Amino acid sequence: MATQVNDEAVEKVILDGLEEIGAEGEISREATFESLDVDSLDLVELAQIVEDEFGVELDGDSVKDVKTAGDVIDLVVAKAS
Amino acid sequence: MAEGCAIVTGASRGIGAATATALAADGWPVAVNYRSDADGAREVVERIEAAGGRALAIGADVADPDGVADLFERAESGLGSVLALVNNAGMRADGLTPQLAVEDWAAVLETNLSAAFHTTRRALKPMLRARFGRIVNVASIVGPRANAGQANYAASKAGLIGFTKTVAVEVARRGVTVNAVAPGLVETRFTEGMTNGLADAIPARRVGTPEEVASCVRFLVSESAAYVTGTVLTVDGGLSA
Repeated sequence: MATQVNDEAVEKVILDGLEEIGAEGEISREATFESLDVDSLDLVELAQIVEDEFGVELDGDSVKDVKTAGDVIDLVVAKAS
Repeated sequence: MAEGCAIVTGASRGIGAATATALAADGWPVAVNYRSDADGAREVVERIEAAGGRALAIGADVADPDGVADLFERAESGLGSVLALVNNAGMRADGLTPQLAVEDWAAVLETNLSAAFHTTRRALKPMLRARFGRIVNVASIVGPRANAGQANYAASKAGLIGFTKTVAVEVARRGVTVNAVAPGLVETRFTEGMTNGLADAIPARRVGTPEEVASCVRFLVSESAAYVTGTVLTVDGGLSA
């Protein structure tokens, strides 16, 4: 069953997800994907983690402008509400 | 071997059936996909089970994205996460280009090329997370080479090879390999009426068998082929050498 969507739950999943996909450096809400060495394929995988956990689909268009972990967290929370 | 299952599309007969049987012999639980030949698919499943393997016949039209979604859902709930995919389903509707019907152009492109996009797109989700995956596309020597009367088929198979190489590059760093096999003349119902008298043109002096193509797919799916990606393995008795 999909995890309930709230800011705290999404933040945990995204930050854990970034660790799972091998992000480098200090993982935080403010960290940019560039600083974490997260590339487009990593973002595809992060989108899959989000879909598995929350049932929220992040297509290519919706993630093309995200720059930080916080951007993705806000996007997921907005899409789920 | 990876913990997961394999899907072979168009597996009720010919190269698909031989491939499903070969992968099952390597220990893969296999989803035997078919579009209309339920009896053929059931026979393949029975043959696999009789040899001690696990298999499930799943009817779905892979040219239809909804059919693909259904296929994966049923394979995953019955056999586990899909970590190997063989895009074998194919069709031909031949004719010289001026006479080729628009519908026949579209149907061949949808079944032979777009279907592989639909299945690959879906299959990559679990494969990327598992850091392991094997995708093998059954192309043809027609495409890289001309064959009069098969403009639609050639375009679809050449497209499939381009697709194979590009996806391979996109996902290589995640342990997912994407390759193609390119059979020449193989004795199946698909080539019925095509092979007569053509053996003399083949350096090996005979047409191939579905099992000979299946054994190449089996290699590309195996752990031994972990460093092989984006390639096309030609299986044609030397015809295109």
